[in-house]
Amino acid sequence: MKKNLTLSIFGLAMLVLSCNKDVVESNADYQSLNPATQDLNGGTWKPFIVASLSGNLFPDPLPISSSSYQEELKELKVLSSNLSAEQKKAIDYWKAGSVLRWNEIMRELVAKHNIPPYQKEDNTYPAPSAANPFSYPVFPFSNPPYAARAYAYLSLAQYDALIMAWKYKTLHNRPAPYKTDLTLSVSVPKTDLPSYPSEDAVISGASLEIMKLLFPADIEYIKKMAEQEKNYRLWSGANVQSDLAAGDSLGRWVARQVVQRAKTDGMATAGGNPAIWAKLESDCIARGETPWISLESPKRPPMLALFGKVKPLLFAQAEVASLRAIPPPPTNSDQMRTETNEVLKFTQNATRENMRIVNFWADGVGTYTPPGHWNAIATNEFIKGQFSEIRWARNYALLNSALMDAAIVCWDTKYFYLNARPCQLDPNIKTLTGVPNFPAYISGHSTFSAAAATILGHLVPQKAADFTAMALEASNSRMFGGIHFRSDCQQGLVTGKKVGDLAISRAQTDGAN
Amino acid sequence: MKKYLERIVKLCFIMLFTLPIVAKAQTEQDGLMMGEKRLCIAGTYAYNSWENYWEGEFKRNNANIGVLSTRTAALMLNYGLRKNLNIMATLPYMSTVASQGTLSGLKGFQDVSFFVKWRPVKKQFGKQFLSLFAVAGYSTPSNNYNVDFMPMTIGMGSRVLNGRLTADYKFNKIFATISAGYMHRGNVSIDRSAYYTDHQINSSSVRMPDAGSFQFRTGYRNTRGFAEVFVDNMTTFGGFDIRKNDMPFISNRMNSSKIGLEGKYYLKSLPSLGFHANVWNTIAGRNVGQAAGFLTGIDYILDFPFKNSKK
Repeated sequence: MKKNLTLSIFGLAMLVLSCNKDVVESNADYQSLNPATQDLNGGTWKPFIVASLSGNLFPDPLPISSSSYQEELKELKVLSSNLSAEQKKAIDYWKAGSVLRWNEIMRELVAKHNIPPYQKEDNTYPAPSAANPFSYPVFPFSNPPYAARAYAYLSLAQYDALIMAWKYKTLHNRPAPYKTDLTLSVSVPKTDLPSYPSEDAVISGASLEIMKLLFPADIEYIKKMAEQEKNYRLWSGANVQSDLAAGDSLGRWVARQVVQRAKTDGMATAGGNPAIWAKLESDCIARGETPWISLESPKRPPMLALFGKVKPLLFAQAEVASLRAIPPPPTNSDQMRTETNEVLKFTQNATRENMRIVNFWADGVGTYTPPGHWNAIATNEFIKGQFSEIRWARNYALLNSALMDAAIVCWDTKYFYLNARPCQLDPNIKTLTGVPNFPAYISGHSTFSAAAATILGHLVPQKAADFTAMALEASNSRMFGGIHFRSDCQQGLVTGKKVGDLAISRAQTDGAN
Repeated sequence: MKKYLERIVKLCFIMLFTLPIVAKAQTEQDGLMMGEKRLCIAGTYAYNSWENYWEGEFKRNNANIGVLSTRTAALMLNYGLRKNLNIMATLPYMSTVASQGTLSGLKGFQDVSFFVKWRPVKKQFGKQFLSLFAVAGYSTPSNNYNVDFMPMTIGMGSRVLNGRLTADYKFNKIFATISAGYMHRGNVSIDRSAYYTDHQINSSSVRMPDAGSFQFRTGYRNTRGFAEVFVDNMTTFGGFDIRKNDMPFISNRMNSSKIGLEGKYYLKSLPSLGFHANVWNTIAGRNVGQAAGFLTGIDYILDFPFKNSKK
């Protein structure tokens, strides 16, 4: 008996020791980017913000016969041989695609900063300040509208910069270093894409400049990644120094134009102020409706009450009002009572499957937000497409401009009607995820999801039906969780679809088809 | 009247067989054994609540939660295979509720656990007794309950391998027990495809930190029962801190230290029926609520297989 027990304890101990707890991430085994086509006409595609260069950003490349270029090649030969384990790891990371990796980095930073500030002693809330990003509350609070805008500007800066880069690549037509020196050791797939300016340096420079604006407290991390990305091109034998220097200048310059746009897009004043918040409330009461109130304790000012005034990307600001959802059912209507009871039933009789749906789509505090979730979904599909870097950038630019504009139209609608949440109208409704601190109508999740599913269905047509089904599930998740009424969700889907269709119109005429 | 009695009997029956047990406070940690071929059936009811909690080391309350209370009813079986070898099984049913805010409580059966408790050493030196115990255990969620809605969730959803060593010393009726356990926790799959700890992780699989569990208990013990004070500590090896105003997460570094009083008494007139109670308070913690709670329970011990009435 004793012997058996000793044996079984020993067995248990071995089991413990052998348990492997490593978590394999979905992006761990991405292969080298090896595009089916390099989209060499990319220089003719239609940019979002920056249409032309000004000034002498970088010199024309020296010919490959020049002694200067030959020196660079020599240097590259040294840098790309005898790679350390750390350098190999960096190559494995970046070779999956730079646009893709920066999208992941942005998702991480959004999740990191998506936490509402803690109240002060006097029960008011401090606001994060871009001027003082490091002190608590750290700037920014990357809530869904902030995040949607951040993803959009990163994607647009990269995309516009790459259009410019492609223009100069085809103009100068400098071959990749491994085409001129066949003895070079190369750690990435060889391509026929001209190498001057380096697309990776363009992406690195553009991303650094725009992310400095959006996540200033993480400047050290951002710089480190930008630097690593350029070095990876040397270590992998893919670019010489002058390719990188030119690309970096180009990327930074284009991104700085996008930064100028971002600084004047209305975000700075999108928080509103107490007078504006009070007026929204009195206007709602004057219409005979029950105004939304913050359900947090202590009461928190409404999230970005004027985000609806931010300048859209896909259409003129004047068109926001025409995209606004139709009025919600009146607070006292039978329909509202029916919808309130429906939400109560969902929350009181929540099945585990419904909880799963709520959790999967919650994308609340501490996550990359619904726009980030749709970027993750999109990435899982784009990775199968073997796209060129410029097409990756275009895809994200279309997706994220749709998501940012969805946020604008959705927030405009929310504060235009200032409609209450289900648990405000019926305190018996207890929610299965956190209640966001802004009005209910229309559902942000629904608007984001329909916009994303619509444009993604255009970019990855074979998956269109799946995306639509996912958007519907995301929308329903908010009813199941007690966060939204059915009208919020349905009209959110309708409105998001309209924005997604506008992104499709752009995609059809941007020269990339 | 008869109906009334019936109801009481029914209620007792329900309490005995469906109420909780609590889990931890039960006997895989103590210095006691169930006699050979004796089966203890225990039903317990436990309550705990907290208003303050720690985000990392920052202690705060939260008006969006108010007081979060947890009720646990558990059923536990403890069987003496040999006089020095016991096997145990426990299944709790739990429910949570927050007194303020909008968050919904959750309820359901939590983790089913099994323990083997072995006493390899029992020595007597005059009036002194020394016993050593080794315990191995395994617990696993009894169902796919929701783990991704902390702090309203009823459990962590992890499968846990448990190892524990306990030493019990008794002089006359005074005893002291010291016990240390190690919990090896398996990864947990959550409903999301990505989450943030101290960095972004693109997976639904969560690496759970292991944890240690330490107890010291001392008091008076005789054949009828015991009365003791205890100190209980849980220390998580690894995991991360909740950031200011963030939501809690299953792989947080959860530490807590509790002190409490506990007693058990078997009736003189009906020695197979025992009553069990404790009360405790959290004195220090990290990424947990500062909970205080109590437990009450009924034990019934019977011979199994049933003996002849002759005896």
